[in-house]
Order: sequence, then structure tokens, then C-alpha cells
Amino acid sequence: MFRLGLIINPVAGMGGPLGLKGTDGEEILELVLKKGALPQAPSRAAHVLKALSQEKDKICLLTCPGPMGADTASQCSMPFETIPLEINQKTLPEDTRRAAKMLQESSVDLLLFVGGDGTARDIGAAVGERQLCLGVPAGVKMHSSVFALSPHHAAEIALGLIKGRRPQPRLAEIMDIDEEAFRADQLRARLFGYLPVPGSQRGLQVLKAGSSASEKAKQQAIAAFFVEEMDPNRFYLIGPGTTTRAILQALGQIGTLLGVDALQDGKIMGKDINENDCLAFLDQAGFEQATIVVTPIGGQGFILGRGNQQLSAEVVRRVSKKQILVVATPDKLQLLRGSPFRLDTGDPELDRQLCGIYRVLTGYRESAYYRAEL
Amino acid sequence: MAKKFIHPYIPNSVPEVQQEMLQEIGVENIDEFFKCIPDEQKVQGKLDLPDPLLSEAALKRHVEGILARNQPAGNMINFLGGGCWDHHVPAVCDEIAARSEFLTAYAGEPYEDHGRFQALFEYASMMAELLDVEVVNIPTYDGSQAAAPALSMACRITGRTEVLVAVSTAPDRLSVIKSYLYPDIKVNLFDYDSDTGLADLDDLSARLSDQTAAVYFENPAYLGYFETRGRKISALAHEQGALSVVWTDPASLGVLNPPRAYGADLTCGEIQPLGIHMFMGGGRAGFIGAPDDERYIKEYPSRLFGIAPTTHREWGFGDAAWERTSFASRETSKEFVGTASALWGITAGVYLALMGPEGMRELGENCIKRTRYALNKMAGLPGVKAPAIGTHFFKEFVVNFDGCGKTVAHINAELLSRGIMGGQDLSQVYPDMGQSALYSLTEKRSREDIDCLVNELEKILSA
Amino acid sequence: MRAKTKIRDFHQARWNEPIIFDLSTPGERGILLPEIEPEVEASAGGALDELPGDLKRSNPPGLPEMAQMRVLKHYLRLSQENLGADLNVDIGQGTCTMKYSPKINEQFAASPQLSGLHPAQNEDTVQGTLEIMYQLEQFLKAISGMDRFSLQPGGGSHAILAIVSMIRAWVDDRGLSDTKDEIITTIFSHPSNCAVARTKGFKVINIYPDPKTGRPDLEAFKEAVSERTAALLITNPEDTGIYNENIKEFTDLVHAHGGLCSYDQANANGIMGITRAANAKFDFCFFNIHKTFSSPHGCGGPGCGGVGVKEHLIPYLPVPLTSFDEANNRYYLDYDVPKTIGKIKDYYGVIPAIIRAYAWIRSLGAEGLLEAARVAVLNNNYILNRIRAMKGAEAPYAEGEHRIEQVRYSFQPLKEETGCGFDEVQRRICDFMCHLWSSHEPFVVPEPFTIEPTESYSREEIDEYLAALEKIIEEAYTNPDVLKTAPHNSSIHHIAEHEYLDDPKLWAVTWRMYNNRFEGYFEPKKEQQ
Repeated sequence: MFRLGLIINPVAGMGGPLGLKGTDGEEILELVLKKGALPQAPSRAAHVLKALSQEKDKICLLTCPGPMGADTASQCSMPFETIPLEINQKTLPEDTRRAAKMLQESSVDLLLFVGGDGTARDIGAAVGERQLCLGVPAGVKMHSSVFALSPHHAAEIALGLIKGRRPQPRLAEIMDIDEEAFRADQLRARLFGYLPVPGSQRGLQVLKAGSSASEKAKQQAIAAFFVEEMDPNRFYLIGPGTTTRAILQALGQIGTLLGVDALQDGKIMGKDINENDCLAFLDQAGFEQATIVVTPIGGQGFILGRGNQQLSAEVVRRVSKKQILVVATPDKLQLLRGSPFRLDTGDPELDRQLCGIYRVLTGYRESAYYRAEL
Repeated sequence: MAKKFIHPYIPNSVPEVQQEMLQEIGVENIDEFFKCIPDEQKVQGKLDLPDPLLSEAALKRHVEGILARNQPAGNMINFLGGGCWDHHVPAVCDEIAARSEFLTAYAGEPYEDHGRFQALFEYASMMAELLDVEVVNIPTYDGSQAAAPALSMACRITGRTEVLVAVSTAPDRLSVIKSYLYPDIKVNLFDYDSDTGLADLDDLSARLSDQTAAVYFENPAYLGYFETRGRKISALAHEQGALSVVWTDPASLGVLNPPRAYGADLTCGEIQPLGIHMFMGGGRAGFIGAPDDERYIKEYPSRLFGIAPTTHREWGFGDAAWERTSFASRETSKEFVGTASALWGITAGVYLALMGPEGMRELGENCIKRTRYALNKMAGLPGVKAPAIGTHFFKEFVVNFDGCGKTVAHINAELLSRGIMGGQDLSQVYPDMGQSALYSLTEKRSREDIDCLVNELEKILSA
Repeated sequence: MRAKTKIRDFHQARWNEPIIFDLSTPGERGILLPEIEPEVEASAGGALDELPGDLKRSNPPGLPEMAQMRVLKHYLRLSQENLGADLNVDIGQGTCTMKYSPKINEQFAASPQLSGLHPAQNEDTVQGTLEIMYQLEQFLKAISGMDRFSLQPGGGSHAILAIVSMIRAWVDDRGLSDTKDEIITTIFSHPSNCAVARTKGFKVINIYPDPKTGRPDLEAFKEAVSERTAALLITNPEDTGIYNENIKEFTDLVHAHGGLCSYDQANANGIMGITRAANAKFDFCFFNIHKTFSSPHGCGGPGCGGVGVKEHLIPYLPVPLTSFDEANNRYYLDYDVPKTIGKIKDYYGVIPAIIRAYAWIRSLGAEGLLEAARVAVLNNNYILNRIRAMKGAEAPYAEGEHRIEQVRYSFQPLKEETGCGFDEVQRRICDFMCHLWSSHEPFVVPEPFTIEPTESYSREEIDEYLAALEKIIEEAYTNPDVLKTAPHNSSIHHIAEHEYLDDPKLWAVTWRMYNNRFEGYFEPKKEQQ
């Protein structure tokens, strides 16, 4: 039997139609409910469950009481068990966290959650990098790459697992934005962590497509090339991400996944440093002796300003464009579908100056030159 | 322009059809499609090619006229071999290789091209039986392009970058191996005994080290004799953690042990003897055989077809273990996968199915006995040294004519005028061996053929 | 308006052939060999038994034992479960759609005057073949403007290997091994360009397309070129069918930095007689001789590659070349190539493909080659115009522009709207006697498919293909299950469980391996006691 966990965030996405851009925070939720918003998530969850019901004999469905799962499951002719969870009437983030924890402890094979970036953050906070998850998109904010393209795709991926496929899990970014700023039409995204999601399913077309070595092996190849080219006298600010972390791992260093680390001569000089630390290191090293190493974050191609705000406008302004090195696996570049890299340092003038061509390490002794635009 | 060019190979040359198509697209004429090409890059005037032979009859007459200038060995009493052999090609092999469905297919999917997937899976399966291995690839370009990648595989498996190759290796193959492995992999040679042809085990031991990825030798050797100490060579390689890579002639394996029996980790070779015409050396395909070991399978540079279930309980097939074609995490090289020699794989499969175990045994017996018969007869000719090197032979041996005072070129010219293709002249490639020739005998060379050769040689040499 | 194209009610042959080993009957014989004559036996009978040590095989190989007609039937049935280009509409095999291979050329290739030649024959006895090799080289020189060709490679990738080996030799020869260590290519050039460059010890730089025009990004290219650039390996038009009109700027820039330029002419079919490698100042080029000059593909080879070079690189070509001795009116194999990279393949090349290409070019001449290119491009733009109008499909890049000989399309909208993408369409189109090939890297274009019609297909056949595509798209919106469970009318049904091809514990690439892992129909084999 395949143990499938399901969490529905019933209020996810309710703000969208009202132009509210999210429902995180109790007051906002009150406002949403008062304005008479209708829940989006349950119907999306139902879509997935109906598609999965063709294999219901193979599934042991575990879900939360009431609107967080059971209500929807009982409409989908799918047998299920309810976990003993007490939930608040208005379903708060802590309910999601507790539910995720309990489902993880019930050793589910896959934790399916229906919601948006806020939901993903709660799940991530509860289960860390140890529970295979998959997001069903239902929120207003969808910056994280833990979500399937659509409920339909989520069902397809889950069915693959139920039928016995075991793709290598991939660590996908949990991104979220500052909701207050967002409601004021400012977009500031942050990287909050990673969740393991099922790796890409191989269709027949990929069968013949040549390289499909694991993402991890490709990151190691990039790291090997970086190390080979590394100048011991140079000073490197290594941005967040799994690709950049592989560089530090190749050097036998333990870096941070979400933070910026300073590197010189193969050793970490400063760990998880903030903007001021970055500036101090740059001053100390001499601007020309520094290289900033970043990877595009979040599948939208942002190389600066999203998820790596420590590398602020102030920091970036001190180096030339040529001192910014991008690392990205070919898959990650190709997922951009031809769109350029994006910039969002918070300083529009600086962003304009930073447009142009960047060198990107893409493999062992393989690189690309890739365009960044506003 | 006089008459609009309407060629039977170009249906949409018909002006009315072109006009309708252009109208639907919404352009005036075909030239518009080429506006994107700058004028200075365009061809000025017509290409400098001969006028076309428009009728099929004229073309046939012209090409057959040129081909008539060839005098094929296949029509004569032929003793040429040395890597491309004049074995009999069964009619069923020709029939299947010429089938439109196989001949004109390319990369159809496992559904509409189910036939080629199954035929090639079966080819690999029958080769695996012949070689006593579990894994055989879809054919490479040729045998040399199996030997070189096999060595490259060995380097990736062992994580080393140096190979030891027998000096007795076929000269052209050695050239391909060196060219293919350059510059990442170093190719060193180990010596042999110039009388017995056997590997110099002392020299091999001295050169082997923990840097050696593989020891490569051929059995039967290029000059026809058997390497009888394969087990010892493999053992020496294994002692140093190197792999034993052995080239073999699949036509010999009905009666001879496959290299795995004497310790080969990788077996490679050429399938031309298995039902493929000589085509002046233009009908070639190579194989690499390996044990069922993920480390080996993942390093295969060529395609492998796996068997898989369908939703309706049929035999289905597809590319297996495709991931292996990328060696992203390694500092050694990647290899490439492209069009190779699939049709010859299907043909060789037909051959093995026709032959069966008994046919392959008879084939081996034919080669060995006819070769010994010819050797015995030629050894009796005055001034002739046969064999010039080696003791036991499969289907060819070296004859030295130094004692006759005549060159191989002269002897072969005389033989040719009598309808006989004499053995391959080695005097250029192996100057140390003097006036020597490599004589090859397949199952096609009857007693009469051999007696005829010996009689004519006797006349030529005493003239 | 012409009548609406009828969709054929098709079903492929379905023989359910057993695996050949299951057809074996002990004792049956498929063919007999010559008997050993008594004289031979008397003189040499002991030769087999005298073999020393480990040489003699103790157990006969486990090959099937079958009477001749059973073997023939098995393979004829398998052949019927295969849709070669002589039968289907193959235009979905974009990047390498095979054109018509005339049957008269098959007669030439199969002629004993060719098949019976041994490579070590005296050159005087193979003048016919040498003449054909020499003349084909002259034709290729005219078509490309290059100065010398080698016909030795066994296919396109192998031709790339020959070229990169020459680049390697050229760099090393000039003592630049340490400084010229980079090769630049484009992401839409064949993946072999990148892979081969790596095998020859170069670092590889990929240039991505400009998001709007689809041409390789010239600005990015300018950043990438330097004194370290050993060579540029590039296709034009790329697999998008977009011609890069700036190509000379690319080659000029590389030359200005002392590097070489190689033209991957896999896509030459749309530009024969229109533009030439030499006109854009390339130092190397290669043709897929089997593809562009019509030789059947034999289920994936043998193919044939022709590598052309300008004068200054002739000394590096693989040996032997084919030359003509005017004084003696004689063709010969020429080993006098001072800095040759050596041999890259056994003997002289894929002779059957060489003669077919020779015959094909002779049958068309300059005018016919040009017409082939023009019609191939007309056909392609006819298809482009129709597919652009199809719901669910799109042609990324170069909006509104014409293309050369093929187009890389995308089913991304279809996938998003119906859940059916390339994989499903590909399986479904088998049910209509058509073929849609899974395009290779890069997946910059999502859910990609490539259509290349060549000049060989009539408008009627193209219409039939497009009608099938339209019908399948309609099904995706109305009845997607038909696609998801496809094929229905093919020789076999859906292979849904890819782990049998991916998982080392489940994959079986030979029947022996299958029997070690499974019994019956994929039942895991029970452990032996």
C-alpha cells in the first residue's frame, strides 16, 4: 500500500480573486472571510483525489479532519483515515505545521499539500528536508518550485509513485515574499528553505534525450570545474542554493544553504554573513579581488535580489559585472525556456547597469554565456 | 528556363502544386524563403556538377559501366582476409537486410518500429550466448570503434588513464585506438615473441602497474595465430587491478572458448564475418560484451535495448540505462551516441539464427582444418616458409617468400592473372618480416581451390 | 479549396512474435556448411583437437536451432512490425528525416561488383570504386566550396570526431595546447559537437539563442570568443530551421582570434545550391552523406559522413584519401598526408552509402539539387503555416518569419491545457501510420517536436500527416484518454513502466539477462534453494 498524506489549506488562494494577494496573517483572513471569498483549495484537492481514485486499492490515504482534508476526501469516493488533530476553526498556520508533523510521523510515502507559498513554508518548517512532498497549486503566491504545474500534473506525478516509480528526489526551493510589501505592490521574495519533491518523471521523449544524470552529479561536475579554475588569492562570496553549496562541499567545507558564505583559498572565512559582513569582506579583500557566485533562484531566473538579499545593491555595486559568476545546471537553464536571467537588486538603475551577458558554469569544463535583462 | 524540372524523386516540383502551396502560405515565390540569406553568402550561378542522367536507364548504364571496372575478389579464388573476410553470406541474410521496412527505417518509436527493437535485442542476446556474456551493445561503426571505446570504458571503470596494448594488434586498429584515445588516455605497447607471436609476459609484467587501466590483446591475432596464454595475461592484468580487454573473431566461437573463459572483462570485435558482404571494407559493425554489472553497463558508450512489459502483456523494448551516456560527474571524457550500424546488427542476428550452435561449430571446424590443410601444402613448396609466425591458427597464417627470391607483389600479380587473389602483402606494413603475405581461408575455400593455389604457386615460384 | 484530407483507417501488422529463443527446436538446421573433403580431413583432421589449453570451447553456444523458413518468417514478421520510410510518412523525424532512397541505387549497392570487393585488393582491380569515391569528393567540393574531403566517417557524429581530432592536432602542432583550450558551440547545434569536444580535451562553451530571434546570441558570442578559442562548431540553419544571417560575423571573429570554424551541415538539405560553407568562410564542414544525398538509414546505420576542409587543413585529414594520377589515368589510395590524424575507421568508408550518394547526385545534377532544396523549403513553410494555426502547438522564436528546411515546434500549450503533451501525441500518431520523433536536447523548447519534410513527400502525404496531427489535438481536448492509452493500432501497446529500462535491478538488455531476473512474463525469478 502506498501511504499518501494530504493536507488542504482551505483558505489558500482566497485572497486572490479579491486582489488581496495572499491570506497569511489572521487579520487578513478575517477580512477575506468578511468580504465573502470562496475557498479555492478544496476543489483543486478534489480534482487530484478523483484522478487518484483509479488506483484507490493501492492507496492508504491519511488526512486531516474537516476542511483540511476529510470533507473533501469523503466527497471523492476514496477511503481514508483521519489523523487525530484538533484544528482551529479558522485553520491557522500552526494547524498545517502540526498536521505535517503528524503525517510525517505516520511515515507517509508522499505528503501532498494543497495551498500556496505560505503553506509550503509551514510544511517546510515542520518536516525539513526529510519528507517527500509535493505541492498542489492553490495559493495566490506561487514562487516556490515545490508545486506541480497544475492539480492535473500533481495527480500524474503521484500516480507514477503509486505505480512504483521511484525518481530521485530533488530539493526544490520554498520561496515566499514579504506579504505586507506585496500588498503594497512591492515584490520581495526570500528563500525559506527546501523540500524534497519527486524528480522529473521520465517520459519516452526524455528516454532518448541524452544526458539525464542526476541533478546532484551535475552540481558536483560544476563544483569540480569551479575548483579547478579557482584562484587561491581571490575572494569569493558564495550565494545561497544547492548548486553553490556543492562548491563548498567539493572543497570539504560546510556552508550554509540559505545564507551567503565567504570563501578564500578553499576555506570558509565567514559563514551565513549579512550585507554588512559582505561589505566588510569586500573592503578587506579589495573590490577587484572579489567574485560573487550566484545561482538563479526559484525557476524564474532571478540571479540577484530574490533569495539572496544579503548580496544587496550596495554589495553588488562595488564589483564589476565580470566579477559576478553564475553557476547553473543545464537543466536549470533550460527550464527558463529561453527567458533571460532577471535582476532585482532593489535599485532600478543598478539593475539596468547589470543587464548583459554573464558567464555561467554549467558542468565540468562546460560553460555558457547567458543574457540577463530587466 | 526551357522546361520546368520535374524529377521523379521530387513530387512537389509540379508548378501548379507549388503555386497552390505558395498561395496558401501567402508568398509570391520560393525565393522569398531565402531572403534571410545575405547575397554575398549565396552561390553565384549553378553548382559545378556534371549534367544529370535523368532517365533511370541512363543512370544504370553509367554506374554499371563504372562498376564493371572492378574485379571483385568474391568472384575469384580469394585468399585475402586480415580483418575483412570472404565468408559465405546466406541468402536469407541478404533478403532481410534488403527489406524496405528495415532498410529505410531510422529512429521510429518502440511502437511503430517494434520490429527493429526486437531484432536488435535478439541480435544482442544471441551475441551474448556466443560470447558467454550478459551484455552486448547495439553495434558500433566497426570493430575498431568497438576496441577503442572498450578501452575508454575500462579507463572510466578503473579511474585510470593508461592502457597496455599488444604490439601484435592489427596495425589499422592500433591507429584508430591511438587516434580515438588521444589526448586523455596514454596508449603503451607490450612486446611479443617474433617466432611464436605470443605475448612477452615478462615485458607485460614489467610494464603493468597500478596506473594501468587495461591490457588489450587480440585472439586470434591479426596474423592468424592463437594467443594460447590468455588466462595468464588476464591474471597479470587483474593482479594490478587492470581489466583484461580481448578482441575476438565471432566466427571462431563455435569451436573456441570465448575470451571470458580465460578472464576477459570486456570482449570486443567485428561482426562482418557474420553474414555481411565485404564491400571493400565498407560493411562493418562492432560489438562490446560485458558481464551483468552495473559499473560496466553504466559506462557503455553505445545504445543498449532493454525488454519491458506493455499494458497488454506483449514484449516491449526501449533504450535501457540511458543515463549512462552522460558521465557528468567525471573528469574523464564523455562519449557520443549517433547513427552507427544497426542494419548489420539485424543481419548478423539472422546469420546466428540460421547457423545455430551446430552451424557455428562447423564454421569453426571448416576454417581451422582448411587453414591447416593449406598450411601443410604450402609448407612443402621450395623456399617457402609457412607458417612464418605462430603455431596454432584459426583462418589465416603468414607465408614468407624470402627463400624464393620473388616479391609478394610479383607473385600476387601472377596469381591474379590466373584468377587467384593471393594473400595480403605484408611487406610494407611489416618490413621486418621480409616478403611475407597473410593467407586467409574461410569455409568457401575448397580443397580444389587450395590445390589450385599451390599448383600455380609452384609454377610461379619456379619460373 | 481542395477536398478535405481523409484520415486513413490504419492498423499496423501485429504478429506477437515470440523471442527467437522460444522458436528453437533442438536439431533443426537453418543452413549447412561445406563438408570437409576427405583429403583435407586426412591432412588436417587433427588441427582442432591439437589446440592447447583453454582454447577449445567445451559447451556449445546457446543459439537457437531453427529451420531456414522459420528464421525467414520470424524476421519477415518483425520487418512488418517496422515502418520504414518506404511505408510511413516520416516527416516527423525532424533533424534527420530520410529522403527517398531510390531503388535503382539499391541495385548498385547490392551489386556483386561492389559487395564482393576486398579492401586489400590491388588498386588496379578496384578502379571503379575508387573513381566513384573520387568523383563524389569532387561533387561535395562543388556543393560546399571546400578543397578536399574524406569519406571515411561512419556518420555525422563520427565526422565531428574527425574534425575535432584535426582541431586538436592543429592546436598541438602549433604549440598552443595550453592556450587554445576552448571550443564554442551553440545549444541548438547537435549535442555530439559538445560531447566530442570534451573527449578531445577541450573546454566547451555553449551559446544560447536570443530569446526573440532564435539566432545564437551574438552579444554572448562576442563575450565568449577570446585567444583561448580553438574553434567554433556550429550548425546553420540550426534545428529550429532559422538561418543565422550573421554567420560571417561569427566566423570572422573566431578567425580574428586565431581559431578555426567548423560547419555542421547536417541540415544542408535546404541550402544545397543556395549557399556554401566556403562562402561563410568556414575551415571545416561535414555532410551527413546518407541523409542529404539519399542513402537509407538501416534502422540507425550504417550512415556515412563526409568531412571537408580548406587547403590549409588538408595535411591533417584522416588517411587514406582518394587521388587521381593523371599521367597514368589511375585512381589510388593516397597515404601521403603529412600530419594526418591517422585512421578513424577501418578501411575507406561506408562504400554502399558512397555509391548511392554518387548515383543520387548524378541523377539530379546542379539543377535538381537546387530544386530539391527549394521544394524541401517550400514543403516546410507549407507545414509551418498550417501548424501555426493549430491549437495547442506553437513554433517558438522568430515570430512570423519563414524557416529553411525544418522547424522545432512545441506542444507546451497542449500539455498545459489538456495534460497531453509530446509523449502522448507521439504514441497516438503511430495509430495513423505516421511518425513523430522525440527531439533531442536542448529542452529549451518544452514538449518539443520537429518536422522536416524534405523534398521527397508529396503535398497529399503532407496533408495526410497534418490531418492526423489535427485529429489528435482535437482528441486531446475532447477525449484525452485515447492519447494516454495509445497506441491502439500499432504492433504493441503502451510501455508504461519505464523502471524496467531504468532500474539496474530490473533492466535486461539480453534474453540471458532476462532469464536471470525473471520467469514467465516479468515475474521476478524465485531464489534458487
